[in-house]
Amino acid sequence: MTWVNAVIQGVMLGGLYALFACGLSLMFGVMKVINLAHGDLAMVAAYIALGVVTITHVPAVWSFVLVVPIFAALGYVLQRTLLQASLNRGVITTLLVTFGLSVVIENALQQFLSANSRELNIGSLVSDSFSIGSQITIAYLDLAILVVAVAVLLGLQYFLSSSRSGRMIRAVADDREAAQLSGINYRHVFGIATAIAFGTVALAGLAYGMYTQFDPTTGTTALLLYAFEAVVIGGLGSLWGTLAGGILLGVAQQVGAQYHAADQVLAGQLLFLIILVLRPQGITSRRELA
Amino acid sequence: MTTAGTTDASPLLEVAGLSVHHGQLQALHDVSIAVPAGQVHAMIGANGAGKSTLLRTIAGLHAPTAGSVRLDGRDITGLRPERRVAAGIALVPEGRRLFPSLSVEENLLVGASSRRTGEWSIDAIYDLFGWMRDRRRQRAAQLSGGEQQAVAIGRALAANPSVLLLDELSLGLAPVVVRRIYATLPQLAASGMTILLVEQDVSQALAVASHVHCLLEGRVTLAGPPAGLTGAQIEAAYFGVSAASNGNGDGSPPGTPASAGPASVAPAGSVPASSVPASSGPARQADQPPGVHI
Repeated sequence: MTWVNAVIQGVMLGGLYALFACGLSLMFGVMKVINLAHGDLAMVAAYIALGVVTITHVPAVWSFVLVVPIFAALGYVLQRTLLQASLNRGVITTLLVTFGLSVVIENALQQFLSANSRELNIGSLVSDSFSIGSQITIAYLDLAILVVAVAVLLGLQYFLSSSRSGRMIRAVADDREAAQLSGINYRHVFGIATAIAFGTVALAGLAYGMYTQFDPTTGTTALLLYAFEAVVIGGLGSLWGTLAGGILLGVAQQVGAQYHAADQVLAGQLLFLIILVLRPQGITSRRELA
Repeated sequence: MTTAGTTDASPLLEVAGLSVHHGQLQALHDVSIAVPAGQVHAMIGANGAGKSTLLRTIAGLHAPTAGSVRLDGRDITGLRPERRVAAGIALVPEGRRLFPSLSVEENLLVGASSRRTGEWSIDAIYDLFGWMRDRRRQRAAQLSGGEQQAVAIGRALAANPSVLLLDELSLGLAPVVVRRIYATLPQLAASGMTILLVEQDVSQALAVASHVHCLLEGRVTLAGPPAGLTGAQIEAAYFGVSAASNGNGDGSPPGTPASAGPASVAPAGSVPASSVPASSGPARQADQPPGVHI
């Protein structure tokens, strides 16, 4: 029964990883941009939420109403300026620019907001839970994060498959030049895709800030790596693969932790390495979006 | 069929003095063509002659180093590709370039992104290609080559262009499929659409076009209505060799412009075949003196 519990906890942790990873997956799928600042951006979102809560005194849970639109706008502007300029100069430039962004963000956070650990205080919600039987305890927050992750992926899937903008994003992802020849301004479409990715990373940052403590280095030391692993395990550029990858990673970590507490991270990395060796294209082999 | 007087009308599409470089290599040299509204013009020429480069430059995918592209008198040389679609130029690119993960219908809808209005609604495109309506939900990647080519044409039509550029429609398709695709062109021309097509299959181009331009190594070497061109002229303009030059050709057309009838043999090569060394022209295998090893 404790093993069943480990799997259930792993699935819920996987929801958090999937939420982190889907923005990374979207940006890679549409623009072939590997955003190394992804984890740091999540931390920026968490710090902004901290500021919003301090100033407005709204409950931390509702901070997303403000932070997500701010981040979406930031994503659009950043794509149309810095990232587009780097894309015009080649893939390596883009990688270096996002790496630079990561370093700048992390150090700016340390400089201005100190290296102390913070958390988004959500009161008793952080520990409220319900039990199934005597062995399985499910925290409302963990469950809520999983539900949000699935809802975000469902919404993204619906947006990409059914809306005009989603269709344009898929067209640009398929063939940028042909999209231009069809009258699409791909720079604008890139901006939209990045805005969505930034919105999801903001959500993920808030979820993490409520889930546990964070500091300026959390983005690179923990989040970016797990997000990458979820994307690679699931298959590059596939949204549902990202969910599956996140959940597999979460389950591997929790089962590893059940075996021995120190083995949590190791178990996740082992799964990642095994997938890389046996199925480098990821568990979903479809290469296109959605 | 039109005869000689095609250049009298003010052209809808006008390319003037166009030069394009791919890095160090000059792909087009001072190319000028004019396509009057409602006509079908064809570019012919060997592989690497610059035909696709010309269409892609007109569509805005390459920036010319000199010269201009005008649409209905308006200079569009500086416009991005997507703005040219909005202005009325649509290119069916070489190799079709459909969006493979999108359905047939989605491909057409993306083609309509510029929101130009006109007679080519999605329904009208389904009427033009009878099979397409029933298979509109299929992914483009699952179609045969000929079907993909039809969808590529439909996608361009969905933009309701005034000028349609067609790049190598016949590439990789069976002759019967090519004939079927080309059979739709008269319908497009009848709707008033101006068409500039690139074709390696010379007989196909001659059959469908009212005016033919031949490109050789980035220069226009021959232009005129097909009726006024002899096989020998076309062959010489196409391959850049004449009986007299004996393998020492410098890219100039054969030196018999006077006999061309209504066709004009452009002086694009500018160096008559008889006037010796090809030092000004781009280096070609035929120009290399024997005994040079690199």
